[in-house]
Amino acid sequence: MNALRLSSLLGVALTAGAAQGAGPPSTAGPPCALIRGVTLSDGAGDRVVDVVVRGDRVAAVRILAGGEPEPGCDVIAGAGRVLTAGLVDPYTRLGLVEVDLEAPTVDTDLRAPFQDPSGQIRASVRADLAYNPRSSLIGVTRLEGVTSAISVPSGGVISGRSFWVDLVGARQGTAIQRAPVAMHASLGPRQESRASAFQTIDVALREARDFATRQREWAKNQTPGFLTPRLDLAALLPVAKGELPLVVTVDRASDIEGLLRMTAGTPLRLVIAGGAEAWLVRDALAQRKVAVILDPLTYGPGSFDQLAARPDNAALLHAAGVAVMFSTFSSHGARKLRQLAGNAVRGGLSHAAALDAVTRVPAEVFGLADHGRVAPGAIADLVLWSGDPFELSTRVEGLWIHGRSVPLTSRQTALRDRYRHVPPR
Amino acid sequence: MSRAAVQWAAVLALGAAGCVTRPATVDPGATSDPAAPTPLEALEARAHASVEAPDARVGGPFTLEGGTVLTATGERYAPGYVVVEGGRIEALGAGKAPAPKGTVLDVAGRFVTPGLIDVHSHLGVMASPHLRGSDDVNEATAPNTAQVWAEHGFWPQDPGLERAARGGVTTLQALPGSANLIGGRGVTVHLRPARGARAMRFPGAPDGVKMACGENPKRVYGGKGGPSTRMGNIAGHRAAFADAQKWLRDNKGKAAAEVARDLKMETLAAALEGRALVHVHCYRADDMLAFLAAADEFGVAVKAFHHALEAYKIRDILAARHIAVATWADWWGFKLEAYDGIPETLAFVAEAGGDAIVHSDSGEGIQRLNQEAAKALASGRAAGVKLTDDDALRWVTLNPARALGIDGEVGSLEVGKRADLVVWDRDPFSVYARARWVYVDGLRVIDVDASSAPWSDLELGQEVGE
Repeated sequence: MNALRLSSLLGVALTAGAAQGAGPPSTAGPPCALIRGVTLSDGAGDRVVDVVVRGDRVAAVRILAGGEPEPGCDVIAGAGRVLTAGLVDPYTRLGLVEVDLEAPTVDTDLRAPFQDPSGQIRASVRADLAYNPRSSLIGVTRLEGVTSAISVPSGGVISGRSFWVDLVGARQGTAIQRAPVAMHASLGPRQESRASAFQTIDVALREARDFATRQREWAKNQTPGFLTPRLDLAALLPVAKGELPLVVTVDRASDIEGLLRMTAGTPLRLVIAGGAEAWLVRDALAQRKVAVILDPLTYGPGSFDQLAARPDNAALLHAAGVAVMFSTFSSHGARKLRQLAGNAVRGGLSHAAALDAVTRVPAEVFGLADHGRVAPGAIADLVLWSGDPFELSTRVEGLWIHGRSVPLTSRQTALRDRYRHVPPR
Repeated sequence: MSRAAVQWAAVLALGAAGCVTRPATVDPGATSDPAAPTPLEALEARAHASVEAPDARVGGPFTLEGGTVLTATGERYAPGYVVVEGGRIEALGAGKAPAPKGTVLDVAGRFVTPGLIDVHSHLGVMASPHLRGSDDVNEATAPNTAQVWAEHGFWPQDPGLERAARGGVTTLQALPGSANLIGGRGVTVHLRPARGARAMRFPGAPDGVKMACGENPKRVYGGKGGPSTRMGNIAGHRAAFADAQKWLRDNKGKAAAEVARDLKMETLAAALEGRALVHVHCYRADDMLAFLAAADEFGVAVKAFHHALEAYKIRDILAARHIAVATWADWWGFKLEAYDGIPETLAFVAEAGGDAIVHSDSGEGIQRLNQEAAKALASGRAAGVKLTDDDALRWVTLNPARALGIDGEVGSLEVGKRADLVVWDRDPFSVYARARWVYVDGLRVIDVDASSAPWSDLELGQEVGE
């Protein structure tokens, strides 16, 4: 309890100047906070509310703002400030990378020791075992309002399994919310033909379905051999059944079309990552209920696969009924997420849809429905902003993850403070 | 005394054994010295002669009226006016134009700023789409390739150029990469479409010389004969400077025709004499200090440190020497020497009296330099640094113009300067702001409301519709 109160002071009172009249700390029951008279902003619009956080959950959202605090509740003045659910970047490498160019600090490439010798199929590897919740990137990222991320492995055609973390705690067990949360594959430009990458995915998924029905025979050594290693088939099984999403990194419209054709009639839950040209096939994506994770800053033919990239990609997809999410596809740059959302609005998307895209949509697409919203029973991952969360002049003034106030500090703020005067004293 | 001359005097005062016989006059805005060119300058002039004639057209007369005018000189006119005639700013001020010229364009509710300037771009030399055939950024065949010129690899059809212009950029320096200790010459281009790099050269802009310290050269050459350490890096710089010093001594007093051409030495000599501006890729504070020690030893004036993520640690030293700090708003950590980057660097440098510059080094970032400046501004203010919007505007206009030696021509809205202007649909520091009209030399090169064919031949005729 003392630790909680201390972090409350560090995290909130310093900037919001608000931890007033909290009364004596209660000695029993879960920690409690009342964010009073705040403008709650989500896909449904803006309204002034009181938000009560108890334990790690949102206990109440009261439209009649300005209510009295419950005994033992910290009170945070929310007037003039905006409260949103914590932002979610669904495609990062957070906790798997400390310094990109230093291999001993990079754990994204799940080259698998027991698998397919080509190195193209790494389905069985779990990236979450390598997650470092003490990485300096975690604190830096959450200071910009990102409270959750999916960390994704890379390499090969089928790269392995990602996991969902909340950016809190020094223990894997505290941070990791779901592992695995998705399987990852990659199409697009490569040394061999992209057709061979399609085949790799196709064969592995077909064999996984086959494997599902013939596991007993396989155990008795009575099946013809599978081309795909057994460990990978087992990992792909929930993907083939549609229980675990398959996130495919691909930009070119024709490649997205090929993917949709190849998987027609299967129960796969497809998600497109990248999707620079996705707007060209938005009707097909909507029909198949395929969600898209995109970077609204992508505008310009970085490759021939992006010749048709345009700044209103997100707006066009959303208008066609496609679920849209945003990602920096980054590690150190993940803190830019709100700038991406702002640029999607600049490109024509509604503010409400852009806010959904970085909160509610990723939570729903990846099956963590208690994240990404501010409602009774939801996980209390909350961000208190000085204004419009997407505007560049807006600052984060308060942060709660799992209901706990998080100090607004990072390794970078420590450097900033040491060098506030030079030479440092 | 020009700023360059001040800097030069500072170098000499430090006891540098330079071989320079006169102060460098690299700022065209400050050039009034009618002295005849030296033999080496005559050689340069011949090397810079153009095959293709630059586009001589200029825009105007017209008058922008009713909008908020941000000048980058400290003045803000809300509302204000700008009168353009003959490609230059003829008048500006608050309220309505007392003597409007040409068409009067009502820009009420909009913001007018100088065209943005990127001091560090690889557009043209690392063109999109990024493929082997379009990669001309690093002549990574030797650690010192002072003889290569970015303009000779600059592809004017890079689709990134139009996208930069759509973000309000009107001038950029295209630089060789940082694989080499001395990567070659950079070229400052004016964003008007042309068939060749020469025709895009910003008139009168001095060349840049790109140098690099830190991890890149040692990584690239560690297995190829060195340098393989930071020690080797600085030794390489010193050796190059020493060679150039000797070459200058050997050619002293010779007529241009008597000078045996040595392309590598000519670039280094231009750097030593201050005729070409030295831009150094350097992340770490201690790397910058080590480079400065070597530069001082040979009388080399550093114009700007680029990517200088740790400049905040030595901002007092850099500000005192008038060395500009060009960096990103929030990049960090992609390599070890970038691990200590903080978002307050630009604000801290500005607070210390230094020249802070937001650069892109990126075909994506150059499309939104205004947003990068806005982020750095917000970070600085949150840390308690007193900054005006005009301060932050200078990070992407006047300060890079000064680092490129063209601040007499562009970088701020002042009478007589080139009419490089951006009309934004709202406050340019908003994430939602878009450049509606972009003018170069008074010519409207971008109009977001008009449909137009792409600048780049590569994008012409591509099937990118439904």
